[in-house]
Amino acid sequence: MQDEPTPIELTKAVADFLRNDITPLISGHQAFKLRVAVNILDLVARQLTREEGSDAREVERLRTLLGTEGSVAELNRVLAERIAKGEVDLATPGLSEHLWATTMDKLAVDQPNYASYKRELGREG
Amino acid sequence: MIEAELSRIVLRWCPGATGVAGAAKLSGGASQETWRFDILHPDGNIGAILRRAPPGSGPSSMRGPGLEAEATLMQLAHDAGVPSPRVLHVLTPDENLGAGFIMARVEGETIARKILRDEEFAAARPILARQIGRIAAGLHGLPAARLPKLRQVTSTGEIADLAREYRGFGRPRPVVELALRWLSDHDPGLSAEVTLVHGDFRNGNLIIGADGVRAVLDWELAHLGDPMEDLGWICVNSWRFGEIDQPVGGFGSREDMFAGYEESGRKVDPDRVMFWEVMGTLRWGIMCSRMMQRFRTWPDHSMEHAMIGRRASETEIDLLRLLAPRGR
Repeated sequence: MQDEPTPIELTKAVADFLRNDITPLISGHQAFKLRVAVNILDLVARQLTREEGSDAREVERLRTLLGTEGSVAELNRVLAERIAKGEVDLATPGLSEHLWATTMDKLAVDQPNYASYKRELGREG
Repeated sequence: MIEAELSRIVLRWCPGATGVAGAAKLSGGASQETWRFDILHPDGNIGAILRRAPPGSGPSSMRGPGLEAEATLMQLAHDAGVPSPRVLHVLTPDENLGAGFIMARVEGETIARKILRDEEFAAARPILARQIGRIAAGLHGLPAARLPKLRQVTSTGEIADLAREYRGFGRPRPVVELALRWLSDHDPGLSAEVTLVHGDFRNGNLIIGADGVRAVLDWELAHLGDPMEDLGWICVNSWRFGEIDQPVGGFGSREDMFAGYEESGRKVDPDRVMFWEVMGTLRWGIMCSRMMQRFRTWPDHSMEHAMIGRRASETEIDLLRLLAPRGR
């Protein structure tokens, strides 16, 4: 067991430092790159916060959908193959719900401000 | 310096010019550069743009038609009354400036978010979708006999290309598989008419002013194919920049664009447009994954490329909204 602070806390500390202390000092293309860097750290913090729970739920759904065991990567490979072969499609009970849930979990990490995501989130709320 | 080189050649094709000034590089990669500069002329200076592959830079893109073909297409569009920059000069080998061309500079805005939000464009926004339809019809009507040599794209070939590239990444993406299946199941096959297709006709590649569209840019992906491809691509959600209820570039409705397109007597096939919107959404997702590969393999280790890789998921939610919509 590793000591504290957690990776999430450390990442957030660096992101806040860059955002609050360094951003005012920098201009031009370097300022653009700094904004990208801060965005990356924010994304990493979101992933560290959410990934464990979302992967566990994804594995649960995939087990039910596919009737087989495996890691999240292995199960995704099986699902991808079955869709490619036409063995599973949108008429298959649970597929649409699974793809939606998985995709919403990705957007929550990658782009929580993406307009399509916010619209769909409102539908769930 | 580029100014001295341009001054040396400007008199050859611009009678009365005394030189050039104010050269500034707008963008530049390893294989292609864009410069702005002013041609000094006693009757008034002329704003100009140079697009070139510098000497010794080699072939730029395997898919693109090349800079000379781009110049020809822009000039043809201009001559046909489609908003397009006037081509002033095509570089020749003896000028030692590389391959490329010089065009008249068109003032206006290309940054999509400004066009969609700034007050300056408020009056233009409601007319843009219809105007874009008219422009697309104009491009698709350019005389086939005068077009430069271009590759031909078919829906079936494009599905295969995207599938091959996706599989090459070696990472399973169930939503991508679903989209590939849907595209194969709905492949409309060869279009009745094969025309010039711009290939990157979207918000971001249009110069827009308070009066509407002033120029169509970026012919790098021009090809021959189904004209409905251009109408589908401009509707891809990523080019709506947040205005998701305005399918045409975030500006307006499909109906307005279709009406503008049909003013010319050309016909819209809405099913094909929808097919190409799905294809375009998938294509942008694959392009995002391609950026991720570049991040991993290119020496510059670009953070921007890394983050574009994380935009692939935006196309997955948009594919689901198209193919498996909820609660409607």
